[in-house]
Amino acid sequence: MENLLSLFIRAIFIENMALAFFLGMCTFLAISKKVQAALGLGIAVIVVLTITVPVNNLIYNYLLADGALAWAGLPDVDLSFLGLLSYIGVIAAIVQIMEMFLDKYVPALYSALGVFLPLITVNCAILGASLFMVERDYNFGESVVFGAGAGVGWALAIVALAGIREKLKYSDVPAGLQGLGITFITVGLMSLGFMSFGGIDL
Amino acid sequence: MATIKETLITPIFKDNPIALQILGICSALAVTTSMQVTVVMCLALVAVTAFSNLFISSIRHHIPGSIRIIVQMTIIASLVIVVDQVLKAVAYEISKQLSVFVGLIITNCIVMGRAEAFAMKNPPLPSFFDGVGNGLGYSVVLLAVAFFRELFGSGKLFGMEIMPLVTEGGWYNPNGLLLLPPSAFFLIGGFIWVLRSIDREQVEEPDFKMARHTVAEEGA
Repeated sequence: MENLLSLFIRAIFIENMALAFFLGMCTFLAISKKVQAALGLGIAVIVVLTITVPVNNLIYNYLLADGALAWAGLPDVDLSFLGLLSYIGVIAAIVQIMEMFLDKYVPALYSALGVFLPLITVNCAILGASLFMVERDYNFGESVVFGAGAGVGWALAIVALAGIREKLKYSDVPAGLQGLGITFITVGLMSLGFMSFGGIDL
Repeated sequence: MATIKETLITPIFKDNPIALQILGICSALAVTTSMQVTVVMCLALVAVTAFSNLFISSIRHHIPGSIRIIVQMTIIASLVIVVDQVLKAVAYEISKQLSVFVGLIITNCIVMGRAEAFAMKNPPLPSFFDGVGNGLGYSVVLLAVAFFRELFGSGKLFGMEIMPLVTEGGWYNPNGLLLLPPSAFFLIGGFIWVLRSIDREQVEEPDFKMARHTVAEEGA
């Protein structure tokens, strides 16, 4: 239990997807002009990550890993090279299913998340989390916690950045730095702040 | 042939995918702590972008519009798997350092973006060179960032000592910040600043204009 809790905290703060591993940067910079939109995207990322990482964990452990097909009478088969293709397929499919499900049963949430759901398929934070899960050999329970933690961390970072940018637009920025340039510097400073969590020993 | 030269050159400076189109930043930041790793990453990306553009463009008339994204994804993912396996076979050490970032070429927006914006509308050969050009545009930024980070962060280039470190009896006191994540953001921010100061057209319009001082009017 304690182990899972520290994994959760680590995924949110110390190994923050956006600020320490630079994952999901494209959407991170593009959709962070308004807090409202950033929050919607953040929630969508949390939900998708919490579902896709455990599903990919099951797929990896029972279908793809070396010797994983032993239950089907094929102990010598190693399909791990198909990993990338399967994970991205799973992510695309789950995003699609979620979209249809929300459209049917939770229309309010669907209209709030609407635009962001398709964007999430190509968000590197989602695929990145699955790849980290495989690389670090998480078991099923750990992968649920890791997925949720990584999502919360990413959402936290994008909402914080949107908050800063909403204020920043009133400031007098040198012409060449306007827009993208100053955003990079801001994210750099935020990332510097998050580095201080690195000292926490869990 | 002038057009091919153009499609190859424009994305490198005038229409740089990282600095202008804000594409593919994820990996740009993560793999730039040493030149060697960066060069491998750049080669991988150029190969994937060029060939995905080539293949997608050659079957562009046969892809139904409604499922084009998943078709593009599959082609890109297969190419990335090939690159990943090749790297594991010939340069195992470097592929370990790149860890998940080779896999993340799949979701690199440059690859998808070029497939969608260029390869779907143009014949195979120009698409191929467009892919190479955009890959090189990405590489230029990455190599520049990696150059500064490795040189000033650890006093080396391609793992060879350029400035001897204090810890090893030399004179250079390394700047540890450059090896940490935030420095990459600062460097790219600076890079964009330089690029946009040279080419004024690329400056973004501010959302708000500063009002001028009104002190003079009050006095009058």
